[in-house]
Amino acid sequence: MTDRLGIVVSGSLESGVEVKLDGAVSVEDMAVGRYVTIEGQKQRYFGMITDIGLGVIDPRFTLTPPDISDPFISEVLSGTSTYGTLHVLPMLTISGDVSSLIEGPQPVKTVPTHFSAVNLASQRDVELVFGGEDEKRFYVGTPLDMETKICLDLPELVKRSNGIFGKSGTGKTFLTRILLIGILQKSAAVNLIFDMHNEYGWAGTSEGGKSVKALKQLFPSKVAVFTLDEESSRRRKVSTDFVVRIGYDEIEPEDMALLRQTLNLTEPAVEAIYQLRRRLGKNWLQQAADMTDSDETSQLLKELDIHESTFGNLRRGLATISRLPFIEPQAPDNVVARILEYLDRGINVVLEFGRYTDITAYILVANLLTRRIHARYRDRMEKAMGEDTVKPTPLVITIEEAHRFLNPEVASRTIFGTIAREMRKYNVTLLVIDQRPSGIDTEVMSQMGTKVTCLLDNERDIDSVLAGVSGKSALKSVLSRLESKQQALIFGHAVPMPVVIRTREYGSPQSYRELLTTGKAEGGEQTEKDIEELWG
Amino acid sequence: MRLINSSLADRVGEIIEASTADFVAQCYELYELPPLGSLVKTKNGELDIYGIVCHATTGSLEPGRRPIARGRDEESEEAIYQSSPQLSKLLRSEFSTLVVGHKTGDSINQYLPPNPARIHGFVFQCPPDEIREFGRSLGFLTLLVNTNLPVAKEEIIPAALRLMSQAQEDSHSFLVAAGKELAVMFGGQYNQLKAILGRLK
Repeated sequence: MTDRLGIVVSGSLESGVEVKLDGAVSVEDMAVGRYVTIEGQKQRYFGMITDIGLGVIDPRFTLTPPDISDPFISEVLSGTSTYGTLHVLPMLTISGDVSSLIEGPQPVKTVPTHFSAVNLASQRDVELVFGGEDEKRFYVGTPLDMETKICLDLPELVKRSNGIFGKSGTGKTFLTRILLIGILQKSAAVNLIFDMHNEYGWAGTSEGGKSVKALKQLFPSKVAVFTLDEESSRRRKVSTDFVVRIGYDEIEPEDMALLRQTLNLTEPAVEAIYQLRRRLGKNWLQQAADMTDSDETSQLLKELDIHESTFGNLRRGLATISRLPFIEPQAPDNVVARILEYLDRGINVVLEFGRYTDITAYILVANLLTRRIHARYRDRMEKAMGEDTVKPTPLVITIEEAHRFLNPEVASRTIFGTIAREMRKYNVTLLVIDQRPSGIDTEVMSQMGTKVTCLLDNERDIDSVLAGVSGKSALKSVLSRLESKQQALIFGHAVPMPVVIRTREYGSPQSYRELLTTGKAEGGEQTEKDIEELWG
Repeated sequence: MRLINSSLADRVGEIIEASTADFVAQCYELYELPPLGSLVKTKNGELDIYGIVCHATTGSLEPGRRPIARGRDEESEEAIYQSSPQLSKLLRSEFSTLVVGHKTGDSINQYLPPNPARIHGFVFQCPPDEIREFGRSLGFLTLLVNTNLPVAKEEIIPAALRLMSQAQEDSHSFLVAAGKELAVMFGGQYNQLKAILGRLK
């Protein structure tokens, strides 16, 4: 059945087309973000409603309004003298001929002719555009007011760095969990998740305070939980696989440089760190922290040309670091090697921060580990390219509060900035989660393949997320009108066109079962075992 | 002349003046006029010509002789006619009709016929099923809207549509469809549209 809405009356490729609604269609039944198809003379267009308006044939109607309490008058006037208008942004052409069936929907290069009929997109149209669920595509949600599944091509998604944005409380975490599960099931990539608030490993909470299962509970054989705070994990009854301890000697000056803002270090203090490292060697941090106000110290500072107040500033910073309980003079085990060992086995690693939700700890650990892991990946990748051997498994690193790592000031220096820019050269990509995308360096933003964004209402955040997207102003109105729960706009590399979705359900037994069974199709025996373990 | 197959009982008058766009018919009986806005038809050979009654008069047979008041000593109006039986012969009722379409063979065309009606052609009131058939298309509204009529359009159009709607199976949707057509035609004349719609109910 086609639900005819109206006809195209004007427009342009750049700004989208104006549609006059038929009298029988009420503007109140329309919704921004809904899909329509336009039957052009030679091809079909697939587009999205980006604005809805009201029109009158004669301005006098607005000055002396007719008596619409009379149903007859209102029925006669609707669609003739008074009418609704839609603004539709055509995005793809979906013709039924053979070549287009092979190549799939193509981006629009023209507009439909005058008075082309506009219909609500059918389930089949949406499926044609977004593809059904298969071994590569993962069901993330449904379009507004439809039951069709919108699926993301995950192997394609993880080829680039991606971002999930949205105000606090709009469902970023739920969306991320769903995406991580998708990556875990449908792509060849492994995840390393820096889990600041302990939401992805074992269990998280929903807005209503209900506990929801996270990755390890659902996929015990595919996920390992590492923790920085053993006690907190134990209290939360999380079965952890490894307790992370970081040795003083593992902290490099580069790790400190990134913490300049959070530790309130001055530029000269950061310079001093490099000098101290050169002079004191690998164990510089402990030695510098242990220095007393002796003559020996002042002699050293003089030699290195470090001012006393600079050193004072640095020491305060170092003291903050050494107070972190997971930092020890000597780490019992090599964390990086352990993480890589798990990742190589195809096991996803979630690193819980326990009670150390302090941003200093997060930045320090995330940066420190990522830098080393990335370096190892780069070595392996180069080796693989040189010797033509197997490349390392693609790795997706998930970071929260991304604007702290990727703000314009530090983006050029941190490893995350490098990963975002290098993209997939070394098989390492980022999944960036943030609530203030405007704080992220524009260069990094522009390199992101796919962006998933929940409701944003700050003008600057919206602008930065949508920078460089065609039809920006139209998408802007869609984005700022998303509901504050369970709705997200996805656009970029992994979807053929921007799409508003109602996120698939997560948190009910039924939803867990569905998530597990989607993996079952190609997941083999292990998933089946997982299900058995979970359901007894 | 071909025998007219419409029932003679439906006959309302005889044409005494005809042109391309309209015709005037005289009633056989004084005051037995078809209602304003009703659909009538006449024959011209193979052609059925449809018209809508848009004006009616009753007056003296001779243009120069006006009737005089006669009822001073009479009890009732009927008594006047009874005491002066010649009156019904000296007075006559006429109605003028706007041509709104014609029928050739089986198809009804809602535009002007190639030839006007003939003088002394009989004029018949259309039966309901013919009105229903005629009402399937609303093209006749263009003729009604665009012709200068002796009576205001805001009167004729609603009168014609009201009568036509009574013959329809779904009179409400007929009126809504006609209303929409008019809303488009009177796009720039809001006040006229409002007046017409107000009279359609």
